[in-house]
Formats: sequence, structure tokens, C-alpha cells
Amino acid sequence: MNKRLPFGLAMIMLVIPCLLLVAFTHYPALRALLNSFWNNASSRRPSKFVGVENYQTLLEDDRLVQVMLNSTFYALGTIPLAIGLAIGMALLVNAKLPGTSLMRLSFFMPTMLPMIAVANIWLFFYAPGIGLASQILGVFGLPPINFLGSTETSLISMMFVAVWKEAGLFMIFYLAALQAVPENLKDAARLEGAGPVRIFFNIVLPLLRPTTIFVAVNALINAFRLVDHVIVMTRGGPNNSSALLLYYVYEVTFSQRDFAYGATLTVLMVCLLGVLAAVQYWVLNRKAHYQ
Amino acid sequence: MTIMTKLAGSCCTAAMFSLAATSVSAADLEFYFPVGVNAPAVETIQALTDEWAAQNPQHSVKAVYAGNYEETTTKALTAANAGQPPQVAVLLSIDLFTLVEEDVIVAISDIANTPEDQEWIDGFYDGFMKDAEFEGKTYAIPFQRSTPVYYYNKDAFRAAGLDPETPPKTWDEMIEMGKKLTIKDDNGNVTQWGTRIPTLGLGGAWLFGGLVVSKGDVLTTDTGIEARMDTPATKASLEFLLELSKQEVMAPGGISWGDTPKAFLEGQTASMWTSTGNLAFVEENATFDWGVGFLPGGDGPGAPIGGGNFYIFQDTTDEERAAALDFIKFMTSPANAAKWSIATGYVAPRPDAWETPEMKAYAERLPQALVALDQLQYAEREFATFQRAKVTQYLVDAIESVVTGNAEPAEALKAAQEGADGVLGDYQ
Repeated sequence: MNKRLPFGLAMIMLVIPCLLLVAFTHYPALRALLNSFWNNASSRRPSKFVGVENYQTLLEDDRLVQVMLNSTFYALGTIPLAIGLAIGMALLVNAKLPGTSLMRLSFFMPTMLPMIAVANIWLFFYAPGIGLASQILGVFGLPPINFLGSTETSLISMMFVAVWKEAGLFMIFYLAALQAVPENLKDAARLEGAGPVRIFFNIVLPLLRPTTIFVAVNALINAFRLVDHVIVMTRGGPNNSSALLLYYVYEVTFSQRDFAYGATLTVLMVCLLGVLAAVQYWVLNRKAHYQ
Repeated sequence: MTIMTKLAGSCCTAAMFSLAATSVSAADLEFYFPVGVNAPAVETIQALTDEWAAQNPQHSVKAVYAGNYEETTTKALTAANAGQPPQVAVLLSIDLFTLVEEDVIVAISDIANTPEDQEWIDGFYDGFMKDAEFEGKTYAIPFQRSTPVYYYNKDAFRAAGLDPETPPKTWDEMIEMGKKLTIKDDNGNVTQWGTRIPTLGLGGAWLFGGLVVSKGDVLTTDTGIEARMDTPATKASLEFLLELSKQEVMAPGGISWGDTPKAFLEGQTASMWTSTGNLAFVEENATFDWGVGFLPGGDGPGAPIGGGNFYIFQDTTDEERAAALDFIKFMTSPANAAKWSIATGYVAPRPDAWETPEMKAYAERLPQALVALDQLQYAEREFATFQRAKVTQYLVDAIESVVTGNAEPAEALKAAQEGADGVLGDYQ
């Protein structure tokens, strides 16, 4: 048995992380809530209590409707795709084919690059007429597509970048999980005459479930957290078609300097993420069985 | 022994010198600047800053590259709100109202109040001073000022049978000549467009201001509380942009600011509208014969003025303000304004800078640089109001929704006007 930690030291070790949590999470959240009941004061407009006025603005905000739809579509589109791709890549590099380490490196590469750099690279890929994407289309005699300049394709183009960036990271988790799948289960199944497809769906995939839940939680957080590429590539445009919720919060708060409405949007985002986290924990507790 | 005494002696002298210098007026300046063009801007700014520091050993100055315009403004305002402002910064001219409202800058005319100072301030082009003044005071000093011009590929003009020395002057000519300049391959895909006017984001809104000016109207006035988005001029301007795509002179959909110079250099477009700030970049990279003309206009020539000015911040000591003013005078002196203009393509903001031998040689070598200067008399201030970022967003949304085919000009402009009036109503 270890020696018991002195009570004083234990308290210090408890208080320091708690202080960080309070200073950087709870206080700002509370402050945002308070700010959302005040107007956006400046030297030319005195500060005043406005009650729920900012929340009324929020309900009537057409841009917010668009932003919420975009965010939902973005999350629903990128998460399954990134997970599916990650499983595929993990299976591929786990199959002990020649050149595995090179494949692992190239799949993981996008994850290591900073998002700002990735966004700038993709900006060149997407440039209509001169970019790589247009040149590939040109080889097949297809007209160039204005990926970032049209409302139909801008959000999908953003999602593509996100999937490309994230799948490599998720692959690492799946690779670890795949290597933990006991060989004897697969051997037994093979003896019973199961083919590789059956083995994958009936043995491997169920055993990957805890990993999938963990990855899904992370992917969902990232879907709301990562907006660097939006800032670099489209600034939410054209006509707000690629604006995501966090980008909108950033733009309202720091570009437009409307701290009151920014705080109101932040409250919305915190509530939304809180609900999502609660749902996920509930699912996690019911469905995941860790070995 | 003797060496030691000498050393001690020189140390003493050095100490006394520095003491003397400190007591005169020492200021540690922090200077934020943005870069908004493809040019070796950071090196040039750093070299000029070092030169000033060498001439003024009692002061020190730290030049901080703070990103693009928007990021620099955000950083400067955040630093000012935290009580640690930069003493001096180059920020967008149109941020004037924001900076006044946030109460973070001092009026330069309050510091520079001797007759010589007044003469110095009067020495800048009027066009550039229009948006540096508010309520009778001068708040900013022009530095990296620009205006968009029409760049065109003379080789492409020759190939299309057009006179390479006469670029289009009107919107009608632009469509007429543009049709000849557009080239398609065997599959019917366009390989070279007639022109390229960026329509997305703030760059798009800036150029849109030029279209409106050429129709004899303005988007905003010097009060900072009026936005004129729903007018016959704005409607005609949006319809012109649509017409360009409809006539296959310009690519349909939104066109980004950032890709434009590259598309021009790669021959994807025979002409483009972009800032004079790209002159140096185009000169360096163009593999073909190119020229520059006024922006073709609706009823006559017209262009917006853009770019950045020097501001001096509050929460600074008198010594720091004096040093900052001296620094600004140094940076905008004829010789240095010329250096900066030649390195980037920005329009030197004072007539006397154009009289320097370097500038004359430059204008001789690159006559395209003079076009922007000549166009200045037809140019109007860029979109600027209180709450600019918020109000401009309504205009940006209107332009983007129309060029991407999601709205009709009339309804989009009406919605934009309502939004802008809602925000500016608080100030009237």
C-alpha cells in the first residue's frame, strides 16, 4: 500500500487544477451569461441592462438559422465519413501489406500539419481554373468548379478538408483497438467457416465499439471547435454558406466587436454542447463495455 | 591597470551619456503593422524602423507584424482594452469610427499643433485626408494607401485583335471587349476569361464601392452614420456584375480576392480589378506584356480609396506621443514614402514624395504606377460607418447572395439597407 498523501498537499493538488478550471472555464461561462443581459456599451452608447433583448435578437437572427443548419449538416456529414474512413485506413495498415509504415505515415501526415497550413494548401487546390482540383477535372474535359465561390459547394469543400485532416488521427485509435482484438476469436470463427466480411462485422466491429464512441465524442467536439479552416478559406462565405457556429461567435465578438451578442451566442453554444455531452455520457454508460 | 582605468572611465562616460539621453526624452515605442499585399512589406518596414531607431538612439521602437488588416485591428483594440496599447499602429483608414467609438486613439492634430506641423499635415493629398478626419480633427496620417486599377494583359489584347494601348473605359466597352477576350477550348470550357472582378468578402465590397462611385453615388458619407445601400447606383452596379457573367465575360459565381492576381498571372483571365498594392507583385511575376488603366465606369471614372493610416493611441505619455509623431513624420517623409511605394505599389501619399529622384526614375520605369495617382481625383472614400464590420457585412451578404444566384439585386439590397439602418439607428 502507498503512503497516504498528507492532507495539506492533497488539498493543494486538488485546488490548483480546480482554480484553472474556474478561471478558464466556469468564470468565463458565467461572465458570458451575465454579459448577455447587457447591451454592447461604448464611449458613444452608455452601458445598460437590457434583460432578454439579446435573446430576442437571437430568435430573430436569420444568419443564426443558416449557421445552425450549416453546423448540423457539417457535423452529420463529417463525423460518419471520418469514422468510416479511419476504420478503412486502420484495416489497411493493419493488414501487414508491403509498405505499411509508409502508408501509416502518409495517412497520419494531415493530422500533424497545423490547420492553418492545411487550409492554405487546400486554398490552392480549390482555386478555380488554376488549382489542382480544376486541373484534374480538366484532364477529363470537365469545366472547373468554383468550389469556395458558390453557395452549393463551399460547405462541402470545408467538410472535405475536415475529414481529410481528422481521419488520420482517428485511424491511430482504431489501429490500437484492432491490434487488441484477440486472434483466437478470429481463428475460432474461421474454423466455423466465417469469411473475412462476416468476421469483420460480427467480431471486429462490435469489439471496436468503445473506440467508436470515444472517437465519435471527439469528432463531435471537433466539429464545433475547429473553425480555423473556415477563417482562412472562406470567412464563412459566400453569403454565409460555410459559416459555422464558433466562427459566427468569433466574427460577432471580435470582428464586429459586439461583445453582448457574442456572449449571447456563447451561452447558446455552451448550452448546446452541454446537452450533447449529457446525451453522449448517457449513451456511453449504456452501450460501452470496456474490457 | 591603465586599461582598467580607461575601461572604467569609458563606462562612466557611457553611463553619463545614456543618463543624459534618458533625461531628454526616451520612449519605448511598440508599432503594430499589417500586411495586405503580395510584396516584401515586412522587410521594408523593418528596415525603415531600424533606420529611425538608429537616428534616434534615445528612443527604441519595436515593429510588430500583426497579420492582415483585420487581425491587426483586433490585436490593437484588445491590447488597448487591456491597458497595454501599441503607441503607434497602421490600421485600416475605415477603422477610424471604430477607434473613435472605442475611445482608444488621440487626435493627431491635438499633438501636432504647431504651424509647421499644420503645414506637414496639409502636405498630403486631400483624397487621402478625407477619411482621416472626423468632427473637425485629424485622427490619422496616410501611409499605405491604395486604390484599385484595371490590370490587363496586352498580349491577350493583341491576340484578340484589340488595341493594347486602349483599355476599356466604360462598362459597355468592358462587356464588348471582354467577349472578344474570352477563349474556350474544344470541350466548350473557358480557358481565358475576359475579366475578373472579385466579388466575395470585404475585397468584393471594396471594389463594389468603385462601381457605385462611377454611377455618381457613394455608399457612405463622412458622418459615419449613413449607409446608402439601396440606391439606383447600387442596383445598377449589381446588375452590371450579373451581366458580366451572363455575357460570359466573367466566371459565374463568387470570385475571391486572394486568387485574382494569380489567375491573371497564369493567363486564366485577360484582365483583373485589384489594388495598386499588387503592382510590385505583378511586375515581378508577369511573363507577358501588361498595362494598367482606370477602372471602367458606369457614367464616368470612379474608384474607392483604401488602405491603412497611422494612428497614435491613448494611454501613452507625452514623450511617447512626441516620439510616435516623429516616427510617423520619418516614415512618411518624401524619401521614405518613395521607398515604401516602390517596394509595394502603394500610392505615395504626398506630392513631394513623387518629386524625389527615386520616384521619378520609378515612374519612368513603371508608368503603370502613375495611373493610380491620376485616378485619385475620381476616387471616393471606402465604406466606413460606426460599427463598420457589422454594417459592411450586410453589404457583403447582399453582393454574395446576388452573384451566387441566391437573390435578386432589388430584394437583396433592400434587406441590406434595413439591416444597416437597424444598426446605425442607435447613432442618429
